[in-house]
Amino acid sequence: MEQLVTFLVLAPLLGALVVGLFGRRLGDIVSQSLTTGLLLITCGLSWYVFSQWTWGGLEAFTVHLAPFINVGDFKSSWAIRIDGLSAVMLVVVTTVSALVHIYSWGYMAQDDSRPRFFAYLSLFTFAMLALVTAADFMQLFFGWEGVGLASYLLIGFWFKKATASAAAIKAFVVNRIGDFGFALGIMTVFWAYGTVQFAELFPLIAGSTDRGWEFAGQTFHLVDLACALLFVGAMGKSAQFFLHTWLPDAMEGPTPVSALIHAATMVTAGVYMVCLLSPMFEYAPVARNIVTLVGAVTALFAATVGLAQNDIKRVIAYSTCSQLGYMFFAAGVGAYQAAMFHLFTHAFFKALLFLGAGSVIHGMHHEQDMRRMGGLWKYLPVTYVVMTIGTLAITGFGIPGLDIGFAGFYSKDTIIEAAWAAGRDNGIANFAFIISLVAAALTAFYSWRLVFMTFHGTAKWGEGAAHADDHDAADAHAADAHAAHDDHAHDHKPHESPLVMLVPLIVLAVGALGAGYAFVEQFVGEDQVAFWRGAIVNGPHNHILHAMHEAPLWVILAPLVVSVLGFAVAWWVYIAREGMGARIAARRGPLWLLLYNKWFFDEIYEATFVRAARFLGDLFWKGGDQKLIDGFGPDGVSALSMAVGKRTGKLQTGYLYHYAFIMLLGVAGLLSFALYAFSRGG
Amino acid sequence: MTGMLSLITFLPMAGVAAILAMRFLGQPGARTDTAGKWIALATTLATFALSVKLVLDFNPANTGFQFLEELPWFAGLSYRMGVDGISVLFVLLTAFLLPLCIVASWKSIEKRVLEYLIAFLILETLVIGVFCALDLVLFYLFFEAGLVPMFLIIGIWGGKNRVYAAFKFFLYTLLGSVLMLAAILAMIGISGTSSIPELMTYKFDAGLQTWLWLAFFASFAVKMPMWPVHTWLPDAHVEAPTAGSVILAGILLKMGGYGFLRFSLPMFPQASEMFAPLVFGLSAIAVVYTSLVAFRQTDIKKLIAYSSVAHMGFVTMGIFSGNAQGEQGAIFQMVSHGVISGALFLCVGVVYDRMHTREIAFYGGLTQRMPWYAAVFMLFTMGNVGLPGTSGFVGEILTLTGTYGASTWTALIATSGVILSAVYALTLYRRVMFGEMTNPALANITDLDWREVMIFLPLIGATLYLGVQPDVVLNITGPSVDALVGAWRAAIAG
Repeated sequence: MEQLVTFLVLAPLLGALVVGLFGRRLGDIVSQSLTTGLLLITCGLSWYVFSQWTWGGLEAFTVHLAPFINVGDFKSSWAIRIDGLSAVMLVVVTTVSALVHIYSWGYMAQDDSRPRFFAYLSLFTFAMLALVTAADFMQLFFGWEGVGLASYLLIGFWFKKATASAAAIKAFVVNRIGDFGFALGIMTVFWAYGTVQFAELFPLIAGSTDRGWEFAGQTFHLVDLACALLFVGAMGKSAQFFLHTWLPDAMEGPTPVSALIHAATMVTAGVYMVCLLSPMFEYAPVARNIVTLVGAVTALFAATVGLAQNDIKRVIAYSTCSQLGYMFFAAGVGAYQAAMFHLFTHAFFKALLFLGAGSVIHGMHHEQDMRRMGGLWKYLPVTYVVMTIGTLAITGFGIPGLDIGFAGFYSKDTIIEAAWAAGRDNGIANFAFIISLVAAALTAFYSWRLVFMTFHGTAKWGEGAAHADDHDAADAHAADAHAAHDDHAHDHKPHESPLVMLVPLIVLAVGALGAGYAFVEQFVGEDQVAFWRGAIVNGPHNHILHAMHEAPLWVILAPLVVSVLGFAVAWWVYIAREGMGARIAARRGPLWLLLYNKWFFDEIYEATFVRAARFLGDLFWKGGDQKLIDGFGPDGVSALSMAVGKRTGKLQTGYLYHYAFIMLLGVAGLLSFALYAFSRGG
Repeated sequence: MTGMLSLITFLPMAGVAAILAMRFLGQPGARTDTAGKWIALATTLATFALSVKLVLDFNPANTGFQFLEELPWFAGLSYRMGVDGISVLFVLLTAFLLPLCIVASWKSIEKRVLEYLIAFLILETLVIGVFCALDLVLFYLFFEAGLVPMFLIIGIWGGKNRVYAAFKFFLYTLLGSVLMLAAILAMIGISGTSSIPELMTYKFDAGLQTWLWLAFFASFAVKMPMWPVHTWLPDAHVEAPTAGSVILAGILLKMGGYGFLRFSLPMFPQASEMFAPLVFGLSAIAVVYTSLVAFRQTDIKKLIAYSSVAHMGFVTMGIFSGNAQGEQGAIFQMVSHGVISGALFLCVGVVYDRMHTREIAFYGGLTQRMPWYAAVFMLFTMGNVGLPGTSGFVGEILTLTGTYGASTWTALIATSGVILSAVYALTLYRRVMFGEMTNPALANITDLDWREVMIFLPLIGATLYLGVQPDVVLNITGPSVDALVGAWRAAIAG
């Protein structure tokens, strides 16, 4: 088993290195086969590990491969930690990754740097596996920033496109803001507990709940402080409120990347971290309230923005942001199992929605604006069916009485019930519960809006003149790479995608249908204690998974009611009264403008932080360095530059003497002081 | 083997002798120049081989000085050499970078080639001498004499404003040095010895320590350089030839950090403790201030020079954190920065050699024409940003962790450097490498040639290897640092 998991984690790295270095020599087919083949093996092994964990009685273990950073008590190693949490993450990551590798054979078929693309995908997968199998904070941080690097490289994959490289930097920098908190959290943990290894750290937490900790001049509750700082990292990685702005822009990357990194796996790393650190968060009530609040606000905020977007990928991106919010407040109220369950089901239906959107974009010859789609169900029947399944899954459709539904039905309703249960004695959790219902209605609206605008109604793609006023979805690179393809594309009708793209969609659709039903007992039901086997810790007072079963009928029915409501409104606006949506947008009311412009976050950040950085940079450089320090500090060095530049050597020597004289004065002064001090001391 | 250190230190002088002999015996011209380059390369490679052997033979468990040599000199002074876990890696780093500098200058230096090579070889001797000297006066001689070849390298083979830059460099560093000389004379006068190992255990009066510490600080702070005495560095870098920048950033700056570890902490422990807040303050300012300044630069080299100042801020705060994580991190960061910043300056040299400009705005879209260069530059950009898996991360996280143990405020401010470094480094990369290639002058720019690949390969290997297996360095520095920290704690407690 140890060799097996070692191979499992390292195989994608092998693929990435070989193809990254020699991809051009090997050629496209060999490069793609190698990376995809290794990923399929990794995926198969992951399911084997997962099944052994779930049904085979496999016990948690850690393989220590090599030392990493070791200074005194600061000990870390390259390790592979297998337990309930990592087993779940292994299958999530490798399944979506393998399917995305396959899908990319079709989607990227006309790109001329495919080896580089597949190398990045495999590199990402390796970093993600390193993250989920880490046994200490250092490897966790390695994987954490490693997936950030892969994300940066893949968002900026079409590097000629200015918007793509700008989005790549934005993603990296915003994640770094999160990592700033993450790093401080690690340091806090180290100095408070003298270790950065999970196995050594977790047993120490329960005994430290009374400890205060001085940080930056204030005394905090230790566990709360550490958890809050670490959570800042999770906010960056999982695009939570205030640090969410990079995720929609990340859609500049190729669509398979959006499905893998910015929907199913990397962005869930923050949720994973909070669940992994449940032994800490269980003793951090304040930090958990922060998690709940941030998650709830994000769930609502992102859902509102999703209502008004026209770019098919951006709608799904905001939807991801919103669903991550659900996961966070689930963890915040103590239902880590529910958070992990939603992470698991979400991976299937969100990857499905993204890859389905990719299929639409591919079939529409790189059109991403939903206002120029419509009526596509006839032309992309398979895509239409799987996208509908994905939409039913994300809206959590199911029949409460029979307990049968799509994947999201099980996980989302669990979260809503958990929030209700926690809300009985916690105002913030109650707030999250209310928001969860509002956001569920909004989710249903924007998800069905997407389906209706894309697949139903009248076809708008025939009208070449119907140009949108803000067509920001234009894919410059795609236009470039597919120039030949596109030239005569406008005469063509939209077309269904090739089989190599449809098969991954169908596999994911099966997951979106059945992943909830199949695993609900293990993740959050009767078998949850046996399934997690200590990987998730619920403190002695945390009975949330039991309490949520006391939910009254209206709480159980409410999610279904609100999502049907969302569906009905979407149907009214986009089918029954087609054109109403466009009319509302054309009116440009204040609420619509607020939502359409994403609450003006980008503008506010640009006006404050970005401008401040530019201003301070110039101030320190031209004012500080050039005027103050050079001007006054070393006594007119700028004058020297004039002398050296324009006048004769005589002046230079003059200045040299000038300097030497000052230095001598200094030396004399210092020596006399020294002697004075010495004689007094003696 | 006795004499090992002297052999490593003075081996480059044999190269100097050979080049001089050839110069006076042979015909001046291109063939002689080429022969000189091969002699210099062979000499520096031999020095590197010996320093590898030195590190392999080094016993990390022994916290004292090893490979000791001692010859009486004059006036009670001695020629004393020796290395411990703190200094031995700097010898290796110097010997590692020098051959790369020679190869990097192979084509770009066209005038006074032999003199140029001689300057580098002399510089190598003097810098290695700094790290091996165990006599205060001997140290001072190496330390100050090292200024001269660097001064000449900038002043003769530099860019347009080379004379201004050279003088600024010389004056700044000399100012500090004069104060240090005064302190050295006072120390010898008071303690009656110039032996560094003896002085490390000599207890100076606390009041006197203050003045001695300040005098040494003046010299080392300029060398690091610390804010606000850093303004000579960007100018010196911009004007220096590529190899000069590599040595300047890679090694000369480390003499300041080494000085703090060798003198300030062990010899003036009380003063070090007293002034630690000052160092923390200046370091934290350096990280934020110079990172923001770097963000606004229009010259590639200046940007990297400012980023060096920010990275040295991590080093100084780590040194004065007074714990093993901080000080090991500081040494690691210096070694790592020597590799990464050297490599970044070489990256600048690649495009400068082709286009003869370092204006960021001139470039753009190079990735299309230079895919291998893009990959190399990306790797070192990530190293500069401190991405885990590169050596840059290890130094940063350890120095920050160490600083947190001494001052959470400083750690809080300095950790923001991880955000700012991403801002300036990735913006630079984007402007130079990404986007459409709009400047027609770049249309025929060529990717790395074999010579350049050979320069980068060792640096890539070092960056990744130290990033993944940092223990190879930490195990060497560990016991000596533990001894240093233990002695320091005992001194301030008692």
